[in-house]
Amino acid sequence: MHDAAMLLAVLVATLRAATPLVLAGLGELVAERAGVLNLGLEGMMLVGAVTGFIAAVATGNLAWGLLAAMLAGAAMAAAFAFLTLGLRANQVATGLALTIFGVGFSALVGNSYQSQPIQGLATTLFPELSTAGPLLQQVLLIDPLVWLSLVAPVLVHRFLYRSRAGLILRAVGESHDVAHAFGYHVIRIRVLATLFGGAMSGLAGAYLSLAYTPMWTENMVAGRGWIALALVVFSTWKPGWLVVGAWLFGFVTIAGFQAEALGLSVSPQLLATLPYLSTIIVLVLISRDRVRLKLNAPAALGKPFNPAA
Amino acid sequence: MRLSLEPRTSPWPLMSALAPLLAVALATLGAGILFALMGRDPLAALHALFLSPLDSVNGLAELALKATPLLLCAIGIAIGVRANVWNIGAEGQFIIGAICGGGVALYFGPDGGWWLLPLMLLAGVAGGMAWAAVAAFLRTRFNAHEILVTLMLSYTAVQVLGWLVHGPWQDPEGFNFPQTPLFEPGALLPVLIEGTRVNLGAVFALLSVPLGSLLLGRMMVGFRIRVVGLAPGAARYAGFSEAGTVWFCLLLSGGLAGLAGICEVAGPIGQLLPVISPGYGFAAIIVAFLGRLHPVGILFAALLMALLYLGGEGLQISQQLPLAVTGVIQGMLLFFLLGADVFIGYRVRIVPRTPRHA
Repeated sequence: MHDAAMLLAVLVATLRAATPLVLAGLGELVAERAGVLNLGLEGMMLVGAVTGFIAAVATGNLAWGLLAAMLAGAAMAAAFAFLTLGLRANQVATGLALTIFGVGFSALVGNSYQSQPIQGLATTLFPELSTAGPLLQQVLLIDPLVWLSLVAPVLVHRFLYRSRAGLILRAVGESHDVAHAFGYHVIRIRVLATLFGGAMSGLAGAYLSLAYTPMWTENMVAGRGWIALALVVFSTWKPGWLVVGAWLFGFVTIAGFQAEALGLSVSPQLLATLPYLSTIIVLVLISRDRVRLKLNAPAALGKPFNPAA
Repeated sequence: MRLSLEPRTSPWPLMSALAPLLAVALATLGAGILFALMGRDPLAALHALFLSPLDSVNGLAELALKATPLLLCAIGIAIGVRANVWNIGAEGQFIIGAICGGGVALYFGPDGGWWLLPLMLLAGVAGGMAWAAVAAFLRTRFNAHEILVTLMLSYTAVQVLGWLVHGPWQDPEGFNFPQTPLFEPGALLPVLIEGTRVNLGAVFALLSVPLGSLLLGRMMVGFRIRVVGLAPGAARYAGFSEAGTVWFCLLLSGGLAGLAGICEVAGPIGQLLPVISPGYGFAAIIVAFLGRLHPVGILFAALLMALLYLGGEGLQISQQLPLAVTGVIQGMLLFFLLGADVFIGYRVRIVPRTPRHA
């Protein structure tokens, strides 16, 4: 019984830690499949986190918080789309700008909300169940967004591979000139994919500030945006593998805490390096096969589209 | 009506120089609007941001002090970007440089001689290089992209520094504060102007400008870097090694960032703390682009960015604005610059909307 509870606790904790990576990663995966490389995930997640938190505090309703976070993420993505797709600015540099701006903006807006407590997502939905037994309490930590992180990859997979719109989106990402010649609106499709990516990043950020650790602290995303980006490469742009990668990361993050619980004394700072070092290892493992990476990467990824040419 | 971008047959060089000025003007306007939105008098706040820091010798010295790490990091980043090598992790190399150089200072303590400071600087440069070398190795050997690797190494470096100052290197007489003992006077960079904090590090930073220009404009290795960046196909045909360029750029920028790191802790800080940089390594990316990836331009851009940091601190005191304002203005600056750059390569026309033919 004790073992079962322990196992369940690890499983649930892994799913929760993986959720923001799955959500943000899926958004970026769709954008990259359309040929847009947005390196601004970290910034969009931060702005989503702070906007969601403020909206939830102001309205007293977490659903409004989540919606506001998605809109804020999409607004950031719209700025990115305007610069890169409208004005054809360099996607790498613009993505970095988005992150730098997001770090500053979220810190500024959230300044007076630092460390203010808020009722988190899971418990407010089922308040009557909060006195349930230990096993059920673990399951209660699975909030709607964790469920979403399990369902959304299936939906995105179906969209990309089983729908006409998904086929067009992938065509735009493989060869914008061919897609353009067939009469598809390359820019419009890319803008929509970018906005979807932004909304998902915003939602992932709000998951952190409203469910995972229900409060706002400066820079609370702590590199998860970049890890999600690495996971997209790791997944070779396939939703299923993205989820596997995110679970792996969730587990690595949790394993550190579990090691501590088992009495291994490791400095918390060194434990905190685990996800970053794992990202590097994962990236190395997947990138060393150049051919495989090249075959799977959207061929027009990061390349500007010039309809006049 | 809609905007139409027509590619120019050749880039517009004047706009390349004007774009940063346009971006600064727009960011200033944006900052003014931001201040007004936050309920401050925009003119007074802009005055506090841009002018107040410069009205004393000490202010100018502080400006040089803050421009030093920005300049060192940005020149390395810019040379890399010229070759299409993106070292986004200068912040991490800065921190590891500070740790390595600072470790030398702590190891010898009061036993150091004249050689201590040069040894610290060398250790700082070597530390930054080593941290960047990881990214160079993984890129050239395993094709792992340097943007993500250098960034992940930055987050790692922050934690390593935190571990050291909370653990093995913590000052035993420091009342359990996360900090190392103060460096001995012999381990601190000499101050250039009595009564201020500007130190020898500023000289290194200034020297990096002509040296960087020389490297890019007059030396074979600089030529290779530019060819690899502008025409990778031609570079391969000419037999220029791509791996060699990646190694060179990352080691150079890592070394410069490491130098910046040790100069910061052996200068104004004087010990290791959990946080030793307000994000100089990341701001240096903006500096590199604002300076048009050219050392001379970067000098001016670094001074401007240093002024933003200095003015941001002033705003915190005089206008009670949070320090994060600086980050927002920095982000706006880069946005506007990237937007303004469109005029270099494209002619922007307003054309009437034509009826679509199916």
